[in-house]
Amino acid sequence: MSFTETMTVNMGPQHPSTHGVLQLVLELDGETVTKATPHIGFLHRGTEKLSENRTYHQIIPLTDRLDYLAPMHNNLGYVLAVEKLFGITDKIPERAKVVRVMMAEITRIKSHLVWIACHALDIGAMTVFIYAFREREHIMNMYEKLSGARMTSNYFRVGGLSADLPDGFEKDVRDFIDAMPGHIDTYEGLLTGNKIWQKRVMGVGEISGEAAIDIGLTGPALRSSGVDWDLRRDNPYSGYEDYNFKVHVDDGCDTWARYKVRLLEMREACKIIRQCLDKLKPGPILADCPKICLPPKKNVVNTIEGLIHHFKIITEGPKPEVGEIYQGVENPKGEVGFYLVSDGSPRPYRMKIRPASFVNLQALPQMVEGRLIADVVAVIGTLDIVLGEIDR
Amino acid sequence: MGVDKTLGNNVVTTSLDKLVNWSRSRSLWPLTFGLACCAIEMMATGAARFDLDRFGVIFRASPRQSDCIVIAGTVTKKMLPVIKTVYEQMPEPKYVIAMGACACSGGIFDTYSVVQGIDEALPVDVYIPGCPPRPEGLLYGILKLQEKIMKERNSFGATIGIGERICQA
Amino acid sequence: MSEHAAVAKLKGKFPDSVLDVVEFRGETTMIVKKEDIVAICSFMKKDLGYNFLCDLCGVDYLGKSPRFMVVYNIYNITTKDRLRLKVPVEEADARVDTVSGVWGTANWHERECWDLMGISFNNHPDLRRILMADDWVGHPLRKDYPLQGPGREPYKGRYK
Repeated sequence: MSFTETMTVNMGPQHPSTHGVLQLVLELDGETVTKATPHIGFLHRGTEKLSENRTYHQIIPLTDRLDYLAPMHNNLGYVLAVEKLFGITDKIPERAKVVRVMMAEITRIKSHLVWIACHALDIGAMTVFIYAFREREHIMNMYEKLSGARMTSNYFRVGGLSADLPDGFEKDVRDFIDAMPGHIDTYEGLLTGNKIWQKRVMGVGEISGEAAIDIGLTGPALRSSGVDWDLRRDNPYSGYEDYNFKVHVDDGCDTWARYKVRLLEMREACKIIRQCLDKLKPGPILADCPKICLPPKKNVVNTIEGLIHHFKIITEGPKPEVGEIYQGVENPKGEVGFYLVSDGSPRPYRMKIRPASFVNLQALPQMVEGRLIADVVAVIGTLDIVLGEIDR
Repeated sequence: MGVDKTLGNNVVTTSLDKLVNWSRSRSLWPLTFGLACCAIEMMATGAARFDLDRFGVIFRASPRQSDCIVIAGTVTKKMLPVIKTVYEQMPEPKYVIAMGACACSGGIFDTYSVVQGIDEALPVDVYIPGCPPRPEGLLYGILKLQEKIMKERNSFGATIGIGERICQA
Repeated sequence: MSEHAAVAKLKGKFPDSVLDVVEFRGETTMIVKKEDIVAICSFMKKDLGYNFLCDLCGVDYLGKSPRFMVVYNIYNITTKDRLRLKVPVEEADARVDTVSGVWGTANWHERECWDLMGISFNNHPDLRRILMADDWVGHPLRKDYPLQGPGREPYKGRYK
């Protein structure tokens, strides 16, 4: 009498291709996965509770460390949420809005470069990793010129930007986006026609449009299942309604479709940045709300009102009205939302972050069950998860 | 056996020690243990611009095949038993680099779930501050670890089984 | 505005369940009774088209009664409208019916709410801790849980 039973295998949290500290407990029948259970929480740092003890300005560096591959996007989402709470969304100057969109799209390219680097590396194409990180170094140089840090930029402020663009920055951006489509062609040349890539990626990790909406998938993963939804076009923020861009949707529902959609998004981001550079005009970078936004330094040292406002904002913090808002932005990974509850005090009463990767990871078991164990690695790469955002 | 028993203190044994130290420090194989944001800077250090391979550093996925562990990122209480298990699986001689503010002391996350510094559980050799440290910072830290390894005594003796490796701080 | 249309339809279908309607910064929040939440959510999804649950979380109003609020941020992909439903939960009976039958994404959100806030969900398929370790004691995001954790001295910094 013989019987078969499944084998339970533990993958992670220390694993080269789990993109961070993710633990997957897989039940295998030979090489086929019968059940996959993700275990998360190995990077839970208590960001939400920590932000209940910080003023609204002091939380901005904490948001950098959420999705650390797209830090300016998290900054943007949080800052837009706070501006909505204070009711100053229509006072943001035009130059600040244009720079915000430009840096958000540059961050989208940065995040998608890491996606393609790690996804290809997991499947075995190491050259793409080296090339994509080389492009990323250009973006990190730009981040450093702008904000002082390569990765955790902490650049946007409530009401605008922290500092204006330095000299020569626009030329750097223009050189970068002139060269970028050529680099994307290189990645496509290495991967798209590659028979090994196609065999590893076509038909893997399928999820239909209705199942994707039900499980809460957002971002490029949802758009490659045929659902036409992009927050930049549908609920625009920071002036996105004035830009001309295409939202790419694909009906493939599998990893190959997600690959194509993300590459097209990178190309689209270059077009949006070009429009931003054409729109850039000199002007103020901070809204004129002295009780909420930090005043510029020359006002602080020269005028008494600037000094008093600066002092009050730094030590005590601006106080919004009692209420609650939710602001969602289109992160490279999906919809990142900030739900802020205010009780009238200078610190948020509750801040809930709706992480895109947390909800996207929920779709992993149904994408992987019934497939081979090698497909698990491909699906983790295509979902593009980042554990800092999942665990907060 | 005596605590400070060495193979010998003459020019032959110290030259052999230097040879062993040199070969160990110039081919440090760290374990890929990126936890959070510092892991991305570690990957960038290993990529084309700040190449780590020129220092002999190759990242290994298995703890059984690695010399040192670079704790890059925030250590949480849930992750601590995993780190201890992985550290115990590494063969001697092994070194620990704490990269980033979170691994050195908890960083900006002074909360209920974060271990305030990995030196609560592991013996750290090199601390690299920064949030995240620049790739040049990580390279400097690795070079400092190489200097520390070069200062060890009785490495050759410990390799052939006579006495212990004496590490000077 | 279509928000008001949704509010009017919901009030028409469940007249006793809607406790309050609040408008703030262009967003509509409806406070409803927790007993009818599954019926209300099914109605919102099937009849009014709110087919996407963006977020589900708990808020702890320590000192007030009811102590907890479970907040559902929902979205209609076709008309691009947002809406918020809030459900008051007493501390003595911190249980709500699960909506994971209506929106499958609520599964992990409710697990997180249980883990961090201590609000449990009836008929949830798999209610266990998700972010904290399995043997963790306490619910960290409650207001009476110290920030540094119960074993450490609290930080006596600026906000003495």
